[in-house]
Amino acid sequence: MKVKPHLWIVLAVLAVLHVMLLVPGFVAPYNPTEQDRGMPFAPPTAIHFRDQNGSWHLRPFIYAVVANDDGSYAEDPRQKYFFRAFPSGAPYKLAELVPCTVHLFGVDAGGKVLLMGTDRYGRDQFSRLLYGGQVSLFAGLLAALLSLSLGAIVGTISGFYGRWVDDGLMRIAELFLALPWLYLLFAVRAFLPLSASPASTFFLVVAIIGLVGWVRPARLVRGVVLSAKEQKYVLAARGFGASDLYLLRRHIAPQTYSVLLTQATLLIPQFILAEVTLSFLGLGVAEPVPSWGNMLSSLQQYHVMVSYWWMFLPGIALAFLFLGYFTVADALQAHVQSASA
Amino acid sequence: MRFLLGRLMRSGFLLVGVSLLSFLLLQLAPGDFFDEMKLDPQISPQTIAGLRTQFGLDRSLPVRYGLWLQSAARGDFGYSFAYNSPVAPLLKTRVRNTALLAGVSTLIAWLLALVIGVWSAMRAGHWDDRLCTGVMSISLALPDVLVALALLLVATRTGVFPVGGMVSTDFADLTLWQKARDIGAHMMLPVLALVFGLVPTLVRHVRSSVAEALSAPWVRAARAHGIAPGRLLLRHVLPVAANPLISLFGVSLATLLSVSLLIEIIMSWPGLGPFFLEAIMARDVYVVIGTVLLSTVFLVAGNLIADGLLFAADPRIRRS
Repeated sequence: MKVKPHLWIVLAVLAVLHVMLLVPGFVAPYNPTEQDRGMPFAPPTAIHFRDQNGSWHLRPFIYAVVANDDGSYAEDPRQKYFFRAFPSGAPYKLAELVPCTVHLFGVDAGGKVLLMGTDRYGRDQFSRLLYGGQVSLFAGLLAALLSLSLGAIVGTISGFYGRWVDDGLMRIAELFLALPWLYLLFAVRAFLPLSASPASTFFLVVAIIGLVGWVRPARLVRGVVLSAKEQKYVLAARGFGASDLYLLRRHIAPQTYSVLLTQATLLIPQFILAEVTLSFLGLGVAEPVPSWGNMLSSLQQYHVMVSYWWMFLPGIALAFLFLGYFTVADALQAHVQSASA
Repeated sequence: MRFLLGRLMRSGFLLVGVSLLSFLLLQLAPGDFFDEMKLDPQISPQTIAGLRTQFGLDRSLPVRYGLWLQSAARGDFGYSFAYNSPVAPLLKTRVRNTALLAGVSTLIAWLLALVIGVWSAMRAGHWDDRLCTGVMSISLALPDVLVALALLLVATRTGVFPVGGMVSTDFADLTLWQKARDIGAHMMLPVLALVFGLVPTLVRHVRSSVAEALSAPWVRAARAHGIAPGRLLLRHVLPVAANPLISLFGVSLATLLSVSLLIEIIMSWPGLGPFFLEAIMARDVYVVIGTVLLSTVFLVAGNLIADGLLFAADPRIRRS
């Protein structure tokens, strides 16, 4: 497959985004749940190269930010904090396993750099964006894995064995398609416990999204299996006495991979959006655990929406992630079409 | 005719299936509406048990489904605990509002998509087609939540459209014409958000099916015979391209309803969306089931309309 140059850029950006979101503790300078009640809705810290005396610095720095009595913020030019690479800071666990205190960047001790400002509890929005991205991204990835495996299994059985098995399974699939997808998702959510610990809510949300979304991959896989099992070499292999399992594993399953891959690039963003929507409306991952959905939900309050633009940033991050996934999906689809034509 | 009848029968089965599925899910639900009352010391356990019996919550699942079917036959579709009223009358105004929103948005979105898509397909490869495809790809990636919130922000900052709700506070005093204008103004934001969510996908499909029809050998032959471009497009190309688009109509309605659920909640449009969320939060199960069923009815109706259009447009289906 020949990859166009612009696709390489998109793939590289996607890869960087994913690595950042998979090890948020390293990239994030602070603990995402650490509150600073004295600094609610602080704006993003300005980064300087030139100090007030007019002299330039090679190493960027920030000034201390102080809260005024009226709720606005101002810089205090007497206190200067330089950026540092790999400082020691808040402890976290790398990949949830290895205890670690080294971060990608930070500022001199005593200062606090807020790349994306703070939320209402004075929590660092940039750190929350990374940790929240991990939650949302993982929800999307796991749910896609779940519904793709389910879809692959159901689709293969349905296409390979045909007859009443196929009829029955496809009738059930139709039932799932008869509902607008978000209504279905909400309905299933409605019948499950509303409040639980953050970890179990996360897996609950993943399970619901994954179980609701299996129909489209199942139908596509079924179509591929239906045509694959009639191909001459498959019939020949069967004639030589190959077992069903061998046929499926050796000849039929490999043909479904391209469909599954294309579906994955479409389902992952859709499922990330599903998690975001659920959490946004208070039906998904709940505070204090950040997710892009519950971070955006503060915008439902009028004064937050109007006054603090940095609260929109999780939504913009989401758009970039989606753009990446859709570009890859388009390229894959074009490739599959040109290969089959 | 067999084709349409078959589709109608299938829709009926689907509705029964969805209601059964809802009741099966209901079995899984831990706790119910009256659980919160247990925390209130003013209400005795006997009262709660009495209420449970009165609403049939202590019966077995098949019995409850039977009772619900009876109530559906009476036109009540179960009983709302929170509103202390049958479900159907509660849903009526909300359905009307959602249908209004969905209808207007579908109409505008399809008109826009047809114009842009056909234009884009005819200019395939030119700079304006590329620009259009690029813009559509980017708007496809913008999440609905973000679009809706951004629209709200613009509206509050500039004050061009009223924000939230469906009517102004002095609605009752207005004349009929002013009332229509008032609702129209309130509809602007949710309709914009819905159209924005729907158009990119539609344009893509319109563009690809028109482009495919245009690239067929007979189009070149027709051009060579000197058939005028306008006539060629309207009389020959569009009918050929229409077939996949008609099937898309039903799917687009499903997408629209899903997006509408979210948009209605964010923009506080008094439709099914906020009502549904409220019922989920309160565990008002029969309202949840009623709403789910209604959304299915919407979808089934959309698909039936699409089938009817297909029946009218495609002689092959009429023959079979």
